[in-house]
Formats: sequence, structure tokens, C-alpha cells
Amino acid sequence: MAAVSNGAQSATEVHDYDVVVIGAGGSGLRAAIAAHESGARTAIVTKSLLGKAHTVMAEGGIAASMGNVWPEDNWQVHFRDTMRGGKMLNNWRMAQLHAQEAPERVWELEEWGALFDRTKEGKISQRDFGGHRYARLAHVGDRTGLEMIRTLQQRAVELGIDVYMECTITQLLKAGGAGRAGNRIAGAFGYWRETGSFIQLNAPSVVLATGGIGKSFKVTSNSWEYTGDGHALALQAGASLINMEFVQFHPTGMVWPLSVRGLLITESVRGEGGVLRNSDGKRFMFDYITDYFKAETADNEEEADRWYDDHINNRRPPELLPRDEVARAINSEIKAGRGSPHGGVYLDIASRRSAADIHKRLPSMYHQFKELADVDITKEPMEVAPTCHYVMGGVEVDADTQAATVDGLYAVGECSGGMHGSNRLGGNSLSDLLVFGKRAGESAAAYAKKSTRRPVAPVAQVNAAAEAALAPFGRKAGENAFTIQHELQEMMFSLVGIIRTGKEMKQALKDIAALKKRAEAVSVEGGRAYNPGWHTALDLRSMLQVSESIARAALERTESRGGHTRDDYPLTDPDWGKVNLIVTETPQGAVKITRKALPKMPADLAKLFEEPKK
Amino acid sequence: MSARDLNLRVWRGDGSGGDFVNYTVPVEEGEVVLDAIHRLQATQASDLAVRWNCKAGKCGSCSAEINGKPGLMCMTRLSSFEPGETITVTPMRTFPVVRDLVTDVTFNFEKARQVPAFAPPSDNKGGKFRMAQVDVERSQEFRKCIECFLCQNTCHVIRDHEENKPAFAGPRFFIRHAELDMHPLDTVDRQPMVQEDHGLGFCNITKCCTDVCPEHIKITDNAIIPMKERVVDRKYDPLVFLGSKIGLFKSTTRQQVGPAGGLGPSPIKHPAPPTPVAVPEPVKRAAAAKRTAAKQAAPAKKTTAAKKATPVRKAAAKKTAAKAASATRRRSTR
Repeated sequence: MAAVSNGAQSATEVHDYDVVVIGAGGSGLRAAIAAHESGARTAIVTKSLLGKAHTVMAEGGIAASMGNVWPEDNWQVHFRDTMRGGKMLNNWRMAQLHAQEAPERVWELEEWGALFDRTKEGKISQRDFGGHRYARLAHVGDRTGLEMIRTLQQRAVELGIDVYMECTITQLLKAGGAGRAGNRIAGAFGYWRETGSFIQLNAPSVVLATGGIGKSFKVTSNSWEYTGDGHALALQAGASLINMEFVQFHPTGMVWPLSVRGLLITESVRGEGGVLRNSDGKRFMFDYITDYFKAETADNEEEADRWYDDHINNRRPPELLPRDEVARAINSEIKAGRGSPHGGVYLDIASRRSAADIHKRLPSMYHQFKELADVDITKEPMEVAPTCHYVMGGVEVDADTQAATVDGLYAVGECSGGMHGSNRLGGNSLSDLLVFGKRAGESAAAYAKKSTRRPVAPVAQVNAAAEAALAPFGRKAGENAFTIQHELQEMMFSLVGIIRTGKEMKQALKDIAALKKRAEAVSVEGGRAYNPGWHTALDLRSMLQVSESIARAALERTESRGGHTRDDYPLTDPDWGKVNLIVTETPQGAVKITRKALPKMPADLAKLFEEPKK
Repeated sequence: MSARDLNLRVWRGDGSGGDFVNYTVPVEEGEVVLDAIHRLQATQASDLAVRWNCKAGKCGSCSAEINGKPGLMCMTRLSSFEPGETITVTPMRTFPVVRDLVTDVTFNFEKARQVPAFAPPSDNKGGKFRMAQVDVERSQEFRKCIECFLCQNTCHVIRDHEENKPAFAGPRFFIRHAELDMHPLDTVDRQPMVQEDHGLGFCNITKCCTDVCPEHIKITDNAIIPMKERVVDRKYDPLVFLGSKIGLFKSTTRQQVGPAGGLGPSPIKHPAPPTPVAVPEPVKRAAAAKRTAAKQAAPAKKTTAAKKATPVRKAAAKKTAAKAASATRRRSTR
């Protein structure tokens, strides 16, 4: 496997696989495991080291209707919660498969060594979370994501799947030539971070599992990797994105110290009994119960507090409304001048649960506040405010196979779209990764097996990719990539953030166009070996293209729904409830929006939403 | 305290050598070392190599040595130093430098492959598992590990003894062994392997690993010592020894298995070595080719000579490396 010359001008090593998975978080690892088990020669490519992906940040748990705590739970209830949480804009088929298959995927993790917290009977324990009717989240304290990624990582190691660590893909390769055959995927091209040398992975199937886009926003719970690579690679390869206007702002991010602003505070704090208060000490969420959730939400503190022990005869506390509702409420309280000294509201668990319980149930939250903010959460309330957390939008895929609109391309996890509609429920992300990771891996392997004539990318295409990657070195006296990245983050957070208006988004589009120009002129100092300045310069393209997709889609949707709130269109419009917005890229690189009718839900599932409430 | 200027001394270089560079960077109240490094990168040294991901102490990427003490840059607050103190940041010493603060931690990924995977009884399928919380808690402590590899970096068995690396898995993998050995449903006999193949006996319980663990896992007390006791019970009990010699005792009823990742070539890939330029002797070329083939999984890019311990270092290593390292640190040999 020494460096093989492919005739390209810059030495590029070449490897052949059946399936190449880009990304090694929960969805990428699960897809790679499934592809490998289907007999495909599989490679995992990751920008970071194995086991460091953003999945480790997931805290609360994996939603699956195993019924271990509430036997009343089943997939239909989970399906219904998911659809209502997404304000019915979800792809119904994905939501159905997700609810049906999640329990098996969780049990499978246990067979591979995951050690979830247990119930008294010794089963997997399940906890309450926003928008879920029953306690449904399999968890390990508040470090469930770590447990999941470690389990999948260890499984992948056991199976001996090839791993390319600290290797960034900059472009997908296509077969080239006329017609559909020429348009299919032929592999991926990128560079090793360590040396800066190029690598070409030939494969008929490529699975995008690159996660989200949060790094385009200033206050975010996301890590540096979340630059929307998969979204941008898909657009560039001719695939489409769906629901890009919907960005989830998690209600509870840290606000102080500034250094950790945006860092996530798990929803489990509220699931375990934590409540939100404003500067007057008022439990304000009772003032923000929308008609849509009125029937299932407690309207007084007594009922809300009884609910923790009796879900059947009481309604859910309003702190456990879906995330979009809670984030908007917190935002309103802060804007109305009832915020905390550092511009948040108070999240109080100290007065509600014993110190021992908090240590046991929320160990990493205790740790995080103690070490980073000098706050003891068993004694004092936390200061919290919304933080950019998750993008509901992503690559448009087939519900059953996760196939994108380009042959040989698959997308899974946060970088795929449709499953969560306009708002994702907490806990549904980890289960999404598992359910669709397996499906994507299997279908990618099946497609590769079918491809008897392996597509090969033309040398000119590879040369062009290498040239584009090296371009910042050739420019002199250009701007520093970090400056542009910071400006983009500031701008997106203030103009396309949690509350949006048409005027601001038009301004945002102008700003993006200007930033794109400046990004084209960025230059880089130093060499190719492990050079973060260069890496950031290349990431800018993805970040800008994704930011434009979000802004354009958000400008187009003239209503408020889920993770898209318009100050100039504050109401939810039933007509918009029948439409998805699709984003594509023109050959000139411009972002284009089209409307597409929502797929129709079959009658037997639609019936679930007519049921009279208990 | 609001914004102030911080003096930073950062080791910069690569496998072939390097030196300290002094910087002054503005910092704000409540910031951590990684914030200062990031600001440095954004404003003065855009090619400064540093590995990081979550900046929340959850992923274990930003391990380094700060004023000689191994730690996570994202969890080391600037307020823990004296005002005006110069903060020195160096890469982890036990692993070969890639560039600046980034080290090649392949050693750990290769060791991970050697630990046999969890093996539940074949009739006990997922969903049917029944385990008490109290029984899983023991192993859960070890699964808190974020794989920052600071324990590996600090352990004197390999920190100053490159030659021990092949025979020693290190604290991170002792807790992995312990986790599986204490898992209520695991069926594999791990004790002979952890002793004979993974070097449990090298550990002389100085607890340096526990000192630096950012997750506060009691590595030595809760994993290594109990594993040593389990091994001793079988390996050194004279009755058991005699009994097994004359066939009275079956050594174990648990199954014996090989490493998780098998014994084949490593699936952990690395950049292909650069195409060889001019090698004078044909003989040497053949030898070089052979070496490359053997090491394709882990191309040589470190200078072992640079790691020869100075007397100061050796003496220091006997205490915790953490405390020791603040005494003298000269990386210029690297």
C-alpha cells in the first residue's frame, strides 16, 4: 500500500474499497460495521482520532421504546411523539422505521459490551426527556454518547475494519462521462492532516456520516469538526439537501465564563427534575405552553411535580416541552429583562434533588460546572441560554436505504435530513444514528456488490481536486482563514439565529456573498504538515455553502415552525406544513431552492394522531 | 480581572527537532489554556498544530504537558496559575511528535486491538441481559475513560523506556481488561493474558496514572491492584500451582481467545511513506524496502535517541512524572 502514482501531478496514494464511510461518529461507525458484516471491503475515514467524534458529547440517552420502565410504551407512541415534536414535517417513513427498530439497535450495543444503567429488575433503565410521553432514554449517567461511541469503536476494532484517522475528504469523485453512469460516485479525495499528502479512495459506494454544521454559529455546543463537510460534499456532487432552514438551538447552554459559552447542559437535568426560573424566581415555563401541547402539559406546579412518579394520571411539566418551545421561552424571558447577570436564565436542580442523587444521575454536569465555572450545581442554580446544537436539515435520502439522489452516495445521521422534521426530540439522535447507520451500511454494501464495473474517476478530476486543495498556498498576502471563520460565526448567530426576520436574512445573504469572495483569496503560512490554518481555509468553503443554504431556505419559508422562528411570520401556516424545501447547487456553485410536496402518510399511521388523549 | 496579557512558551517543531517559542497573548477571565492556544493560532501562528475537539473535557483530544504536568488543555484554567506566570506547553513526551503539540498516539490504538472483545454467553442475547446496577457500576467506572492517553503518557514504565512498549499495554488497557474481567456476563479468561502478554507485572503501583486521570478514575486502586490480586491468586498460590501441575485443577473454565483485532496487518492506516529518493547501495535498498513493508502500519518517524532519559528525568520518574516534570524539562533534543 505504498504511494501509488495515479498519474496526478501531486503524488497521491490510492486505495480501493467497496464502501468508504466518511465520518467516525455513531452513524459512521454503525454504517461501517453493517457494511463490513455484509461482506464489503470497508474503510472509515475520519478528520479526528477514532473515538473523538461529536457523538461523545451526547449526554442524555438513546430513545427506544423498550418499555422497561413504562410497559405502556411502544413504537407507535414513540412514532407519534417524534412526528409531533417535528411539527409533522418529518418524513413519516423514516420516523416509523426509527421507532420500530431502535430497541433492537440498543440491545445490540449491549451484546457488544455497552453497560447501560439498570432498572431494579436488571433491565436497561430508561429516563424522561422532553417531548417523550414515557421514560424512554437508555442511558449511562449523563455520558451516554461516550458509551455508545466506545462500544461501536471497540466493535469496529474487533472486526478489523480499516481506519484512516486524521484524514479529511475535500471532494467526492464521480465516474465522469455522459448520462447516469457518468454521474455516479467513484470514490473520495482528501488529505492526511499529519503530512498534508493526498489520498484517493476508490469505491462505488460512499456513505456520508460527517455530522452537523454548528461551527457556522458563534454560540454552539458543537466541536470544530462541525463544518458541514458532508452537506457541502453532497451539494457539490449534485445531490440535494432537505429542511436546511431548521436549526435546533438547545435551550440550555452554558453562558459563563465566556470561554465555555454555548457548552451543552444536558436535557437530563430537566428530565431528572430540574426547573427553569427567571430573575424573579418564577418558574416561567407555565406561561409558554402553546395550544399544540396544551392537552398533554401540566398547567400547575403540583401536577407537574407529581408527574415524575406517576406519568399516567398527570401531565408532563412544561420544562419538558420539545426543545424549540423551551428555547424560544428562554429567549423571550431574557429579552424581557428577566434574565440572569450573564444573560441567561436559571436552571435549578439544587433545590429539587439531593446532592447524592445529582452526583449519581448527573456526574459529568457536576464535573463540568465545578471545573469550568466554579459552580457547585448541588448548591446553586446554573445560568443557561440557548446554544446552536443540531441541524435537522441534511442530505435528502431514501427512507429505507439512506440513498441520496446521486447513485452510490448515502448519507446518515446528522448530515442526512428528513427524519426529524422541523425539530428533533432529545434522545432521537443517538437512535437515529444506530437505526439508519445499519441501514445505510447494508444498502451501500449491496449497491457495491451490484456494481460489476467499478467506476473510476478521471485523472483530470483528481488533479483539479488536488489543485483546489493547494490553492491557498499559492496565494500571497491574503487574509487569515480564522478571521473569516470568526466573522461568519458572528454574522450567522446574529442574523440567522434563533429568531429570524426577512430583512436580516437578506443582509446575511449579502454578507455571505462578500465572505465567499474573501475566502477565495485566503492565503496560508507554513507547510502542509498538520497545518490548522490550511485546514480551516479548506473548511471555509463548506461552512459558507451550508450557511447560504440555511439562510436561503429560511428566507423562503414564511412561517414559524420548530427550529425556524420568524419574527415577521410568527404563526405556523398549515400550507407550509405540506412542503419541504430542497437545496441544490448549480454548476456555477450557486445555491438554489425548490419546493417539494411532503410524502403522504398512510391511513393506518395517520390514525395514530386522531386518537383521543388519555 | 478582565483582559490581560499572558506569556506563553510553546514547544514548536517536529520529529526531527524543535525548540520553545515565546508568545504574548491577551486572555480573558475564566479562560483555559486551550483558549490561549487558539487565540495564538488565530492571530499570531496560524500553522501552530494542536489537536482538540470538544473543548469540554469529554473527548480527550487536547492532552499536553502544561508546566510539565500532563493534563487536558481545555480543562486547565488560567486562574490556576500565578498572575504573571509564564505557562509552558509541550506535547506529551511518551509518544513521537508529529508537529508542535500533536503527537502520534498510534501505540494506543495498536494496544487496543490486542484486548479481546467482550464475549457474552452465546445463549444470552441483547434485550435478555439481566444485570444489577451494583454489578455494572464497577465496570462503568472504567468506561468513563475518554482515551486522552495521559495515563499512558505519565506511566514511567514506558515514559522513559521505549524498550518496554512492545510488552506493556499501559494503564488505559489495564482498566479495559479490568472492565471486562469484572463485567457480569463476560466469558473470557483475561487474567493470564493481562499478566503474560500485556505486562501487568511491570506496574509497581506508583499511582501516577490515577494522579493525572481527568475523569478521576481510580486506575490503580480499583483496576490494577484487583487485577494483580486475581492474577496472584492463580499464578502464585503454591497449592493451585502444584494442583495444576499434576492435573488436579483445570486452570480455568473460561474460554481462551486471541486479541480482538486478530494478528493480521493493522487496520490503522497511516500516510504512505514518501517515495524513496536516492538510496546509494542496492543492498540497503532491499533492507529499507523490507523495513517499510514491516512497518507500513506504523512508519518510523521518531528519533528514539532523542528519548534517552537524562539522570534528572530518571530519578524524577520514580515519583509521579507529573510532579517531576516541572523540575526540568528540556525538549530541545527532540
